Amino acid sequence: MNTTRFDFADYLFRYSIYCVSLLMILVIAWLLGDVFIKGFSHLSWDFLVEEPRSSGRAGGIAPILTSTMLILAVALITAVPIGLSVAIWLAELTSSFGKYQQPLTGFVGSTLDVLAGIPSIVYGLFGNAFFSVYLGLGFSILSGGLTLACMILPVFIRTCESGLRAVDRHWRDGALALGMSRVTTIFHILLPTTKPAILAGLILSMGRATAETAALIFTSGYVDRSPDSLLDSGRALAVHIYDLSMNVTGGDANAYASALVLILMILIINVVVQAMLDRWFFANTRIIRSTTSTHQ
Amino acid sequence: MKISYTYFPLWIRHLIVTSFSLLIGLQTPNTLADGSRLTITGSSTVAPLALEMAKRYERQHPGVRIDVQTGGSSRGINDARSGLADIGMVSRALKDNESDLTAHLIALDGISIILHRSNPIAKLTGQEIVDIYTGKVRNWQEVGGPNLAITVVNKAEGRSTLELFLHHFELTNSQIKPNVIIGDNQQGIKTISANPGAIGYVSIGTAEFEVTFGTPIKLLPMGDVESSVANVAQGYYPLSRPLNFVTTTNPSELGQDFLRFAQSLHVKDLVEEQFFVAP
Amino acid sequence: MAYLINQSINRLDRGAFFALGLISLICCSLLGMVIWFLFHESLPVLRGSHAGSFIFDDSWFPLEQRFGVMPMVWASLAIALGATFIATPFGIASAIFLAFYSRGPIKSTFRLLMNILAGVPSVVLGLWGLTELVPIVASIQPPGTSLLTAVLVLSLMILPTVTLTSTAALSAVPPQFLEGAQALGFNQKSVILHIALPAAKAGIISGVLLAIARALGETMVVLMVAGNVVQNPSGLLEPVRALTANIALEMAYAMEDHRASLFFSGLLLTLVVWALAMLSTRFRSLDGRTQ
Repeated sequence: MNTTRFDFADYLFRYSIYCVSLLMILVIAWLLGDVFIKGFSHLSWDFLVEEPRSSGRAGGIAPILTSTMLILAVALITAVPIGLSVAIWLAELTSSFGKYQQPLTGFVGSTLDVLAGIPSIVYGLFGNAFFSVYLGLGFSILSGGLTLACMILPVFIRTCESGLRAVDRHWRDGALALGMSRVTTIFHILLPTTKPAILAGLILSMGRATAETAALIFTSGYVDRSPDSLLDSGRALAVHIYDLSMNVTGGDANAYASALVLILMILIINVVVQAMLDRWFFANTRIIRSTTSTHQ
Repeated sequence: MKISYTYFPLWIRHLIVTSFSLLIGLQTPNTLADGSRLTITGSSTVAPLALEMAKRYERQHPGVRIDVQTGGSSRGINDARSGLADIGMVSRALKDNESDLTAHLIALDGISIILHRSNPIAKLTGQEIVDIYTGKVRNWQEVGGPNLAITVVNKAEGRSTLELFLHHFELTNSQIKPNVIIGDNQQGIKTISANPGAIGYVSIGTAEFEVTFGTPIKLLPMGDVESSVANVAQGYYPLSRPLNFVTTTNPSELGQDFLRFAQSLHVKDLVEEQFFVAP
Repeated sequence: MAYLINQSINRLDRGAFFALGLISLICCSLLGMVIWFLFHESLPVLRGSHAGSFIFDDSWFPLEQRFGVMPMVWASLAIALGATFIATPFGIASAIFLAFYSRGPIKSTFRLLMNILAGVPSVVLGLWGLTELVPIVASIQPPGTSLLTAVLVLSLMILPTVTLTSTAALSAVPPQFLEGAQALGFNQKSVILHIALPAAKAGIISGVLLAIARALGETMVVLMVAGNVVQNPSGLLEPVRALTANIALEMAYAMEDHRASLFFSGLLLTLVVWALAMLSTRFRSLDGRTQ
C-alpha cells in the first residue's frame, strides 16, 4: 500500500546531489589517475636513486629527495621544541601571573593568528631577506628549513595549545595533590595525554612543509646536486616539479613521476603518524577510561 | 630536587639524542673554509654554459663546489652586489650605473625570433615584428601565413633578453601586447613548442641547443641575416650581445681562479657545444 | 593557590617557567619581526613620492617606474572569487551528499577522496592544470594559460576546504531539528534546504571565507596557469597576473622602490587574508551560539 505520491522536487534534488557528487568523484579521479598513471610509468627504483641528468629530463631524483628530507628535518627540529615550549607556556600560564596573564596571552595569541594567515610567498620574501641576506646563510637548506619552521610554528602552537587546554582540570589537581611540581606534571602527565593533538599538529605541519614551493625557491635555491652540508643549496621535491613542468621541454614525464613520489611521501607520513596515534591510543585507553570513570 | 637525565620521560630523551646526532652528523667539517664554495646566479641564457664550466672545474679541482642558479640578468647584478652570489651571470653589457661591478666576457650570443616548426613563415620584416608585438597584427594570415591567431610571447621584466629586444626595435615594454609572459629562456621555448601559433624571442644558443633535442621550433632570420652561430661570430648578426660573468671589484681567490678558467681556451669546446661564440 | 608559578615553592618550577617564557618571548619576537619587517620594507613606497602611484599608475612596468598594482589586484580578486563561486555550490552539494545521502563504503570512499585532494600539493595541481587543462582551453583560444584555467584549477584546490568544513557544520546540526522536521512531514529536500542548511549557516560561511583566504594567498597554481600578463582581467580567456605570482616573478631582482612596492603588495595581501581569517573565526564561534 503506497500512500505517498511521487515527490518530484525531492527526487530532483536528490539526484542532482548525486550527479554533482559523481562529477566531483570523476574530476578527482581524473586528477589522481593522471598523476598515478603518468607518474607510475616513469617511476622505477633507478629513478629514486640516480642523480638528475640533462636538467632533469633523464636520470632520477635522489639528491632532491635528500635535500627535501634535510629541509623537513631542519624545519621540524626547529619548530617542534620551540612550538611545544610556547604552547606549554601559553596553556599553563592561564592560571598564573595574575593581572599580567590576559594581555600577555592575548598579545601572543593575536600574533600567532596573524602569522598563520600570511601567504607563503610573503614568508619567502621574509626568509630571503632575513635568513639568506641578513644572517648571511645564502641559498641553503638551513635558510629554507628555518623559513618553513616560521611557517609551521603558528599552526603547530595553536594545535598543541588547544590540546593542552583540553586536558581535564582534575588531572592537574590530582598531580598537585600528590605533590608533583608543575614541570613534572607537564612532562609526565599533560604531554603524554595531549599526544594526539601534538601528533595531529605534526601531520598538518609536515604536510604543509613538504608541499611548500614558493617559500623555498628564494631560500633554498635550485641546485639539484646532493648537498654536502646544511649550508649547501638544495632543491626540494616540490621545487623540482615546478622547474620540470615550467622550464624543461620533455620534462613533464619526470615531473609526474616526482609528483607521484611527493604524494606518496605525504600519504606515508600521514599513515605512519596515524598508526602511531592508534597504537598509543589503544595502549593508553584502558588507563584513561578507568581514571575518568572514577570521577563523576 | 636534582634533575637527572632519567627525569625526562623516554620519548623526550630519544628526541634529544636524535636531534643532536642529526645536527652533528649533517655538518661536514668544512676544512677549506669559504673558499671551497662558489655561488653563481643570474641570466638563464648563461646558466647552462656556466653549469657545464662548473662541472668541468669541479672535476679538475675536487673538493670545490659551484652552485648555479637562474633568475634573470638583473638578479645576477643584484646578487653580485649584495653578496648573495660570488659571480653574477649577465647576458648583456654592463650599464653606466653598474660601474661598481666588473664584467668578464665569456662568450657571444645573439637573440633570435622563434616560431613553431609547423609555421610556414620563413621571414618577417622588422616592421612586421613590431606590428605583431604591439598587437596591430593579430593573425598569421596578415603576414602571409596560415589562418591562425598569433600568440605573442614576451619576457618578464628584469631579463636582459627583453631589454635588448626592446632596444633593438625601439619599443617600450608598455607598448607590447603579449599573450603570455615567460621567465627563463627554456620556459619560452617550452611555451612556443606547445603552441603552433606562437612567436617569441630567445637566445640563439639556447634555441639551437633545444633543436638538437628535437624540440619543434625554428629560428627566423633577422632581416636578411640568418640566425646562426656563424653569423654572430662574424659580427653580421644585428642582435648580438656579450655574455658576461660579473663580480664586485675584489672577488675571492676561488672566484678569480674560476674566472680565469672560464675565459681560457680550456672551455672553448663547452662554449661551442652550447652554440655560443667563444670570444 | 600554588597554581601561581611565581609563588611556587619549587625552584625547578620557577626556573623552568622562566626558561619557557624566555623561549616564548624570543619566538614571538622572531615571529613579530616578520610583520614588522613587512611594514618596514614597504615604507619607502608608503611615504615616498610614489605613494599615490601604487593605485593611480595605470599599469605595472617597474622598468619605466610605473608601479600601478590595480590590474593585479583585480586579477587576484577575480581568480579568488571566481574559484569560490565554483567551489562553493559544488562543495556544499558534496557536503550534503556526505552528511545526508551516503552511507557505509561510499561515504568513506568519498570522504577519503576529499581528504586526499586536500593533501595534494599546489605544484602538482599546477602541473596537472598545465598539462591537461591548458591544452583544452588552448584549443578554444591560444595560449590556454588564462583566467579561466586558473579559476578552474584553484576551485579544485579549495573544494576540499569548503566540503570538509560544511560537512562538519551539517553533521553538527542537532538531530532533534531534523527529526522534528520529518515528524512535521517535510520531505528530505526541505529538511536539508530549510532546516539543516540555515542551522549550519555559520559553519559553512566560515568555511567559505577560509577558502577565499586560501585562494587569495595561493602562488604556485596562478604562477603556472594564469599567463602572467599584467592587465585588467578583460575576458575569461585572457591571461592575467595575480599579486602573489608577481611577487614570485620579480622578487629576485627588484631594487629600492620596486622592491618596496613588492613588499607593500605582500602586506596588502596579508592584511586581506588576515581579515578574512578573523571573520571566519567569528562566524565559527557564532555556530556554537545557535545551538
